Amino acid sequence: MHNNGHANAEGHGHDGHGDHGHGAPESFIRKYVFSVDHKVIGIQYGITALVFLFLGFCLILLMRWQLAYPEQALPVIGRLFGVTRMPEGVMLPEFYNQLGAMHGTIMVFLGVVPLAVGAFGNYLVPLQVGAPDMAFPKLNAASYWLYFVGGVIMLISFFIPGGAAKSGWTSYPPLAVIETAGQTWWLLGMVFLINSSLLGSVNIITTIVQLRAPGLKFMRLPFFVWAQLVTSLLLLLAFPPLEVAGFMQLLDRVAGTSFFMPSGLVISGEAYTGSGGGNALLWQHLFWFLAHPEVYVLILPAMGIVCEVLANNSRKPLYGYKALVYSVIFLGFMSFVVWAHHMFLTGMGTAISTFFQLTTMIISVPSIIILTVMILSLWGGSIRFTTPMLFALAFIPMFGIGGLTGLPLGLSVADIHLHDTYYVIGHFHFVVAPGTLLALFAGIYYWYPKVTGRRMNDTLGRWHFWPSLVCMVGTFMPMFVLGMAGVSRRLYDGGATYAHAQDYLWINQLITFSSWGLALAQVFFIVNFFVSLKNGEKVEDNPWQGTTLEWATTSPPLGHGNFEAPVTVYRGPYEYSVPRAKRDFSPQHLKRI
Amino acid sequence: MIEFARSMWMPQAASTHAGQVDGLIGWVHLLMLVLFVGWGIFFFFILVRFRKRRNPKANYEGTHSHLSRWVEGAVAVIEIALLFGLSVPVWARVVANPTPAEEAMTIRVVGQQFAWNIHYPGADGVFGATSVDLVDAEANPVGVDRDDVMAKDDIVTVNQLHIPVDTPIRIELSSFDVVHSFFLPEMRVKQDAIPGMTIPLSFTATATGEWEIACAQLCGLGHYRMRGFFTVHDQAGFNAWMAERVAEVEAASQPKGFFD
Amino acid sequence: MLIPYDNENHPVTGVYNAKLGIWLFLASEVLFFGAFFSTYILLRIGAGGVAGAWPLGAELLNVPLATINTVILITSSLTMVMAWASLKLGKVSKFQIYFAATILLALAFLVIKGFEYGEEFSHDRYPSTSTFLAIYFTLTGVHGLHILLGVAVNVYHLFSAKALYQENPEKMVNRIEVAGLYWHFVDLVWIFLFPVLYLL
Ligand code: HEA
Ligand code: HEA
Ligand code: CUA
Ligand SMILES: [Cu+2]
Repeated sequence: MHNNGHANAEGHGHDGHGDHGHGAPESFIRKYVFSVDHKVIGIQYGITALVFLFLGFCLILLMRWQLAYPEQALPVIGRLFGVTRMPEGVMLPEFYNQLGAMHGTIMVFLGVVPLAVGAFGNYLVPLQVGAPDMAFPKLNAASYWLYFVGGVIMLISFFIPGGAAKSGWTSYPPLAVIETAGQTWWLLGMVFLINSSLLGSVNIITTIVQLRAPGLKFMRLPFFVWAQLVTSLLLLLAFPPLEVAGFMQLLDRVAGTSFFMPSGLVISGEAYTGSGGGNALLWQHLFWFLAHPEVYVLILPAMGIVCEVLANNSRKPLYGYKALVYSVIFLGFMSFVVWAHHMFLTGMGTAISTFFQLTTMIISVPSIIILTVMILSLWGGSIRFTTPMLFALAFIPMFGIGGLTGLPLGLSVADIHLHDTYYVIGHFHFVVAPGTLLALFAGIYYWYPKVTGRRMNDTLGRWHFWPSLVCMVGTFMPMFVLGMAGVSRRLYDGGATYAHAQDYLWINQLITFSSWGLALAQVFFIVNFFVSLKNGEKVEDNPWQGTTLEWATTSPPLGHGNFEAPVTVYRGPYEYSVPRAKRDFSPQHLKRI
Repeated sequence: MIEFARSMWMPQAASTHAGQVDGLIGWVHLLMLVLFVGWGIFFFFILVRFRKRRNPKANYEGTHSHLSRWVEGAVAVIEIALLFGLSVPVWARVVANPTPAEEAMTIRVVGQQFAWNIHYPGADGVFGATSVDLVDAEANPVGVDRDDVMAKDDIVTVNQLHIPVDTPIRIELSSFDVVHSFFLPEMRVKQDAIPGMTIPLSFTATATGEWEIACAQLCGLGHYRMRGFFTVHDQAGFNAWMAERVAEVEAASQPKGFFD
Repeated sequence: MLIPYDNENHPVTGVYNAKLGIWLFLASEVLFFGAFFSTYILLRIGAGGVAGAWPLGAELLNVPLATINTVILITSSLTMVMAWASLKLGKVSKFQIYFAATILLALAFLVIKGFEYGEEFSHDRYPSTSTFLAIYFTLTGVHGLHILLGVAVNVYHLFSAKALYQENPEKMVNRIEVAGLYWHFVDLVWIFLFPVLYLL
């Protein structure tokens, strides 16, 4: 076949890059920095994204101090931030808003998506479809570097006069247009990130469609690959409108256009001098046209990971694989027609609001099916509570809480009271933090042996899991109470100004303590992650006795090219405990069961 | 159900449509609770029943039950019932078709960084002309053109919204600068104030009280303190308050005395 | 290491990788320009009530120049097809002539567009003057950037074609096909832009 990964046995990752295989060892830079091997790029994505996740967490920890103890000096480190941010250690509202906007941006665009799609997608998709690399290896490197530059731009923006963007991750104009230069940097950074995602998604889709090993029909793909395919389609089609919106906001800021600036504005008592004639809601439509599909970009890869781990650790096939696949396709499609449920309170008539409520209710059905499939898949299994399995199992009820609390938000009349309160914050953190983050941790524990050839420590894994779970619930559950009570989000003082919030201010402290606990729990993960690199238990090639193709090669995989010999696929992805089979797993690439 | 929702930490409900909002919130949460507890118990049962120690060998076939389809179907039906039974009619009645200006007491509210400007039409019931060129943060916050006859009796306050109880109120909401959101928690009223648009909303207060206007949409560094005061008077109290404002306006518009 | 279907068509999908890739990219471009056109429609409807808020393109813009540009771009699409066909038949020098013509036509388009911009500026018409001009400059500017990108890639192909063709003819033909698909798309966008901005 075409698949001649001519990896020489002794040199790990040491086969010359195709055409220029002149035998000389490649320089460190070529091999690890500007590599075009999807595995190296996947690891680069992974490390960068974890660093950003950590950073996004640090930002919110700072904010949580201010929310629990409004306008009190942050001990010890408070003064390090300087007078423009935290004079005498007391946070300024300007800085709070920067932290909020950048927490959202970093978590979504620089943390979770690059980890879920850039790292897991890049590393695993070619392996799971039995390909030697992505379809376009150079483009792959380009998308990583675009992401990297976008991230650096976002970071630099903290240090320019006026600081980083402060109009929320949603950047609604006119506010975003009249804010300080940080917003311009934000827009520039977003342009890089968007183009990175576009290249990445073209690559992943092409790889899945074109490079599947012989015999690997669509209905034999691991569900993780399906999730990546739909995710990439969403990225491909949803991001361009945001890029357009970003361009236009950039022009509004620097070229004096008025795409989003209506006529007759009075800003700080002065009449606005632009031409006017724009439309402030236009941005919101373009933004949410992206951002709603984007939230499914955050969840689908996580669901993919969970399904892999569930099947492996219950030692049986997924129940209703087809239902799962159709649900995820339907979900992807529907996600393009629900965006205005973020905009119910922008003056919407009955017909339009009914349409978007209806689509929102409809889109909840495939999610319910997916969750049901996950639970029913466990029926009849022989469940092993390994560390990845704990994280994957916890995903189910946690995502359940997040998803269920989406329902009242999707009913416009209930949204009147809940919109822009902490209820919304609670809703989506349950899906992205105890939901997606736990699933991503499951994935890290599960595929760590594949990448490094060593296993992460199980005890530390449990010490990471239980406190993380408890603290996440402790962080996000009380937010529903705040929301019901009518406490708005994005309040610098956590509601201390308002009479209706007075009885609930103690909840802010509870949340803050929980988030500190959550931070402490991550120490076990970080230690485990680094110590296991050197001291983790060495494993054989298929330590979890998995069936999918990534386990058909060595751990870590051979150099550039992945498989020693081309693989052929004989069966579906989760053939565990096949009756009459000798072992309780029948890998896809072996002819005998 | 309304009681159920109220018991979930919601603020006092003091408008005619508040019960419907709370009722919907209550019903959805009941549905959510039933689903979560039901699925949760089932999930937990599976984890215990099919753990490796209890079930060392997995069953390739798993379950054949189609019960789940019924459950999924039922959830979808309930969601649709809530949507068309509660949400859509209430939305059509309360939000999309606010009380017309003739049948209600009409007040203009204009958001700005970081205050709520309240504009009453005064005794003639007609709003005078306004112009952005006349806006002056201190003297003339909404830019009322005092040369217009209709504007002579207009009353403008900053952050002071006073209304009579049991009277339909129509608010015409807009913004001078950025997007704000006009939130009266006790009235179950929330509406974005969007520059370039005037969006009407209406409600009828059913209890008197002193509450606040909150801003629910990030509007800059003062978003957290963009608080207004909201008082629902009985009719007599409202008239008295209004009389004071009228006197103020008249005093301000008196031709200046010789010795002033 | 060889990537499967880098050059030859996949038996099921019937395309090689780059061709699928460029189709996917163009799908995202459809949404990209689609968002701009939606913006145009929304802003124009928004201006509906106000007299003079939305000028007719023909009043401000130079329709004859734009018509010439339309002809130029359509011609360049033709030369592009001829270039690809010549290369496929193995006539490298003929390919080079047609391909160079495509590039020159694209440059001519840009120069004329530059004159048009200059004319607008000389009448003090800038993107900040009105939302119509804002969308006009932005849409044509973004389209111009697409042309420029195409020119850059095509120049690279023009100079590397001969060597690569000798080494791997199939690969070079595919590259030109992909470049051509992109080019036709950029033309097509202009075919929409021209009436929308200048005539309607
Ligand atoms: C991964 C991210 C993610 C996901 C998956 C979802 C899923 C859903 N979201 Fe959410 N949402 C966000 C991220 C996400 N959302 C974000 C980030 C925001 C705010 C953005 C901002 O304003 O900054 C938001 C805001 C948001 C709003 C706007 C609120 C407002 O601003 O007023 C709405 C309104 O309709 C909504 C609805 C929904 C619905 C109906 C779903 C549905 O798809 C959910 C369907 C799922 C279920 C119904 C669960 C099924 C449960 C079970 C089967 C039970 C299982 C139980 C056990 C095992 C015990 N979301
Ligand atoms: C994917 C998205 C995502 C994620 C994961 C999170 C995670 C968290 N978020 Fe956030 N959040 C948003 C997206 C996200 N958030 C968005 C979009 C907003 C709205 C912003 C806006 O208003 O515009 C928001 C707003 C927001 C607010 C409201 C602020 C306000 O309205 O004023 C709060 C308040 O508590 C909060 C808290 C938290 C907490 C405690 C976590 C915790 O769960 C974080 C836990 C993090 C970890 C557990 C990661 C640990 C990582 C490591 C340990 C890496 C280790 C490194 C190596 C090994 C190298 N978030
Ligand atoms: Cu005004 Cu927030
Ligand atoms: Cu959404």
